[in-house]
Amino acid sequence: MRQISKIKWRHYINYVVIAVLTAVFASMSFSGMLDSSTLYMLEKMAIAVMLAVSLSVVVGFLGELSLGHAGFMCVGAYLGGKLSCLLVPVLGMGPGTLFLSILTGGVAAAVCGIVIGLPALRLKGDYLAIVTLAFGEIVRSLFMNSSSESFGGSLGLNTPRYDKSTLFVIALLLVLVCLAVLQNIIRSKHGRAITSIRDNEIAARATGINVTKYKLAVFAISAFFAGIAGVLYSFSNYTVQSTKFSYNYSIEILVMVVLGGMGSINGSIIAATLITYLDITLQTKLTGNLAVLQDLLYSLILIVLVIYNNAPALKGFREKYNIKRVLNGVFKRRHDPARHTDDEAKWDRVPTKIKVDEVLSVEIKPTQSTVEPDRKEKE
Amino acid sequence: MSEIILKTENLGISFGGLKAVQDVNIEIRKKQLYGLVGPNGAGKTTVFNILTGVYKPTTGKFYLCGEDITGKNQETINHKGIARTFQNIRLFNNMTVIRNVLVGLHNQPEFKCSIFESVFRLPRHFFCEKRMRARAKEILKIVGLEEERNLLSCNLPYGKQRKLEIARALATNPKILLLDEPAAGMNPNETEDLMNIITRIRDGFDMTVLLIEHDMKFVSGLCDEVTVLNFGTVLANGDTKTALNDPEVIKAYIGG
Repeated sequence: MRQISKIKWRHYINYVVIAVLTAVFASMSFSGMLDSSTLYMLEKMAIAVMLAVSLSVVVGFLGELSLGHAGFMCVGAYLGGKLSCLLVPVLGMGPGTLFLSILTGGVAAAVCGIVIGLPALRLKGDYLAIVTLAFGEIVRSLFMNSSSESFGGSLGLNTPRYDKSTLFVIALLLVLVCLAVLQNIIRSKHGRAITSIRDNEIAARATGINVTKYKLAVFAISAFFAGIAGVLYSFSNYTVQSTKFSYNYSIEILVMVVLGGMGSINGSIIAATLITYLDITLQTKLTGNLAVLQDLLYSLILIVLVIYNNAPALKGFREKYNIKRVLNGVFKRRHDPARHTDDEAKWDRVPTKIKVDEVLSVEIKPTQSTVEPDRKEKE
Repeated sequence: MSEIILKTENLGISFGGLKAVQDVNIEIRKKQLYGLVGPNGAGKTTVFNILTGVYKPTTGKFYLCGEDITGKNQETINHKGIARTFQNIRLFNNMTVIRNVLVGLHNQPEFKCSIFESVFRLPRHFFCEKRMRARAKEILKIVGLEEERNLLSCNLPYGKQRKLEIARALATNPKILLLDEPAAGMNPNETEDLMNIITRIRDGFDMTVLLIEHDMKFVSGLCDEVTVLNFGTVLANGDTKTALNDPEVIKAYIGG
């Protein structure tokens, strides 16, 4: 019984943390203690967390590299935003409009997820990444070239702005829903099937796992939440512009997932929060002539973080100051990475079959020398 | 004689002009331990790949319990009741031992539980999870991996990884188990242990086993009947002792 309570604590800690933070910020907001820039940042963080967590399921658990996540978000933002424009005169700007828009945006994105999931069954690794990338760009240019009456064209779609003091609470609650759905799937037999596809697709097929069904389901669910994040984005901005959802934004979401550790949902949450914080802080602090430094500093910090996490030379340092290790020292627990205490094995720090550094960088192979002296001597 | 579980009729496959396997006729009866032997490159694994749906045969048909399952895809064939292990071990390396077996149990009708039931954590989800775990532990006990159930499967020694593959295949509740070189890379003690496990599985589950093996001691000690393949054609068929002592077979193995 003691062990069971321990397992539960480990599983539900992220819900608890987010719920407590939501409650704290909500009470602060209603008592007027938060200024509008903090509220804006909280909205952006919630959107980023939702995007990162939903992408993390595709990249970290299914093991497929998707670079079209911003495309799904774009579908959600435009369709949800358009619907809210149409609904505001009828229902007013309230929870009804919000709910219907979110549902529409999510479902539309999920349909796109299934459409993009179909080729995903035939393609693997880099090739799938290219297809998803193309999908994102196609969706973006479709909306950019639409007529100004339908989706605003290149000027962007004007969307109603939801009340700032409550939108972030709704967004954080939706993050909780998203987390609950995704974690419940991952911590069930279906999650095991999904990870088995990542670990060894051939064996998964031979074991009778319906690979087609699970790939489509994961793509659809992930796109659904990306679509919802898009709708929230449209509610937190006055205009939705297609330039926002470019290739760069997809990569930014992927960076959140990779930085948080693939196969770790909590890692994605933390990374998404930190990157959004960094992004917005740099944008607001560095204005005027210093604005050119925004991207530079942002990239430098990312490079330092990646090097710190992966450099072999820093391995000893990392292990010495590992948060888990320090915590275990404080609570006098022994940590043996090979053995898990319960059947629900740990989900963090699982290497995936995708090596993102290989996809994003060029590997230079040494050219084979034409002369093989050893062999000739033997002959 | 007991009923025929697996029957192949003139099974053959060619890749372009290369006839990898031709005219393979096998009849495997219930509870039989059937061996498939032959020199390297004889097409044994190709036969396995055909029987599990990885390749579609170009000629011939095969029947499981009288039902024609030629050309079905891998998942369907597994659901019908053919499970296999691989020559080069293919476990789910980043998952624990028990999870590997649980993946095998995924499609059992008694553990049916939809994604929605899991998302909303309906009672059925907990009921299934609990019973699946109990069942997985039983299966691990048969192959002797119960103690290691919470280790990551990539941390297991080689021999135990092979046993885990058998356990995972067994978890899919097959009618016939195809083992591709189960004793490869094992020492004599482990091999003997494996022989015991295979006999125990046969007796305990009324299982039929088709296995590929190079270790002749293993084959002659275990199999009731063998088929010898050479260059994709059947060289000899029948009772283990007579088939292995066939002069043609000896010639194929030793050369001459």
